[in-house]
Amino acid sequence: MKALLIVVGFLAWGSSQAVAQKKPAPKPAAKPSATAAVSGAMLTAGKAVYVQNCLTCHQADGGGVDGLNPPLTKTNYVLGDKARLIKVVLNGLQGEDIEGEPYNNVMPSFDILTDQQIADVLTYVRNSFGNKASAIKAPEVKATRATNKK
Amino acid sequence: MKNALPRFLLLPAAVVGSLSLFALKTETAVVPDADNAGLKLPAGFGALKVAETGGRARHITVTPQGTIYVKLNRPNTAGKGILVLRETSAGKAEVVSGFGNYGGTGIFSTHEYLYASSDQEVFRYKLNGKGEVVSPEQPEKIITGLVNRKQHESKSITLDKAGNIYVNVGAYSNSCQVKDRQKGSLGIQNCPVLDSAGGIWQFKADKLNQTYGNGIRYATGLRNVVGLDWNAQTNQLFVMQHGRDQLYDNFPNLYTSKQSAELPAECMYALKQGDNAGWPYIYYDNQQHKKMMAPEYGGDGKKEATGNYLEPAAAYPAHTAPDALLFYTGTMFPEKYRNGAFIAFHGSWNRAPEPQKGYYVVFQPFKNGKPSGDWEVFADNFAGSEANAAAGRPEHKPCGLAQGPDGSLYVTDDRKGTIYRIVYAKK
Ligand code: HEC
Repeated sequence: MKALLIVVGFLAWGSSQAVAQKKPAPKPAAKPSATAAVSGAMLTAGKAVYVQNCLTCHQADGGGVDGLNPPLTKTNYVLGDKARLIKVVLNGLQGEDIEGEPYNNVMPSFDILTDQQIADVLTYVRNSFGNKASAIKAPEVKATRATNKK
Repeated sequence: MKNALPRFLLLPAAVVGSLSLFALKTETAVVPDADNAGLKLPAGFGALKVAETGGRARHITVTPQGTIYVKLNRPNTAGKGILVLRETSAGKAEVVSGFGNYGGTGIFSTHEYLYASSDQEVFRYKLNGKGEVVSPEQPEKIITGLVNRKQHESKSITLDKAGNIYVNVGAYSNSCQVKDRQKGSLGIQNCPVLDSAGGIWQFKADKLNQTYGNGIRYATGLRNVVGLDWNAQTNQLFVMQHGRDQLYDNFPNLYTSKQSAELPAECMYALKQGDNAGWPYIYYDNQQHKKMMAPEYGGDGKKEATGNYLEPAAAYPAHTAPDALLFYTGTMFPEKYRNGAFIAFHGSWNRAPEPQKGYYVVFQPFKNGKPSGDWEVFADNFAGSEANAAAGRPEHKPCGLAQGPDGSLYVTDDRKGTIYRIVYAKK
């Protein structure tokens, strides 16, 4: 059993590495040592943004509300492409099935949040509710915002 | 029946009431589950799980012959959006068939027809003398083209006694803001949502392919009504409105998070044609017992509403989501329940971070066709525990109500698909 877990863990690690390698950062030279590590300070800051802006809909445990607001637990959106995730917060979302389930509510745009706030809240989401993924940094939000077409 | 008849005639006149007639019709008595299906009920009541449908069981209707029809929010794996259940023994039932390849909420039956809704249409099906649908694959589409913009999509239905059907068209918005649910965004003047939604529309129950132009906007200013029923005593439509969300999220400078959890009330309205309940311009504050201006339209939590808007008939805790309303006309339950209203509260989500609430069936006493006296929680613990309820993680969510021919109360659950039946066992 232990061996199996180690293998699974290794595979998961391997595939996340592969994903990371497939998507080079837009400006690799600008941030040579960007390991996207998650600091406790970022999580604390991100939680504050979450409680203020996201909790009513996605709930304290990130589990969402049946048929209305999707969970933020291990979804493709949360763990997948960072730019797409950042755009959900910048532009809001409606009418998209999440993991094959339709949701009858609207996610408003949060473009009033700062780059740092969006980075923090998404880093918090990506490392809470059973999720584990790399941090999102303010410059990534800034870059996505700059090319964001509404 | 041949054998039963002579015995029936031999019974002393005193006990030849509806009870003995009922006993003759049913093979077996209804037996409550040992744990009353996990529900907390008033003394003398019992409950059983009739069936586990595994689907998101929205509304429910039971024909005079006891056939149960359940509308699923989404078609099941076999592609059926309406389930047919028939009694097996001791009050339990099993799914015997299904039809209708569409999801939705509304279902209602008269002696002659079964009516069911998708999120934009209403269909009817002829019933035979046994309460069976004659042609499940050939429904008549009576209403079409209703607005469904992925918010408040349920087209709940009920009929009056004069051949009219009433359909809820919920507002595709929280409070008609320029940017829906966005912090600080103000309300659109002359809210355009009200042209095609945010009200109850009346149509003919027997005409095909009706849409907005053929119907009447019977009442407006109703954000979203999932539970509605015709009160045969007063010959009047009663509806339960889902009140607006997010006072604090959108106007944090005007409301605290705690106030936002307790405001506004979920309201019951007694409607007359032409009534306006005031959404999105106003909301009902159940602490001050006043209609208030919505913050999107100049309100600040203190300004009372102006304008000729309907007074609620009764008010219930905020955000608890009344999804079904049923006037009880049966004789099985004690006298106090007769002509009163049962309301299924689906349970809240918009109270977070405060503890969530609801997940129960309420009884509202009525006198002379008006709510009279305090409402009480009638059937509780659909959530499975206090902790589940507070966390907003209930095991079951009550959604639909129906009265069986014997006066039993049926309750659906759209989380796990459990069908409950509540009976009164005379002591
Ligand atoms: C008014 C309710 C509401 C609020 C507030 C809200 N969301 Fe959402 N969110 C939704 C809905 C509804 C969807 C799904 C929309 C769809 O299906 O198209 C969604 C979708 C998402 C998704 C993509 C789907 C998924 O589940 O992975 C993410 C990520 C997300 N929201 C994060 C956030 C974050 C972060 C915040 C706070 C900054 C937030 N949301 C605030 C309602 C809300």
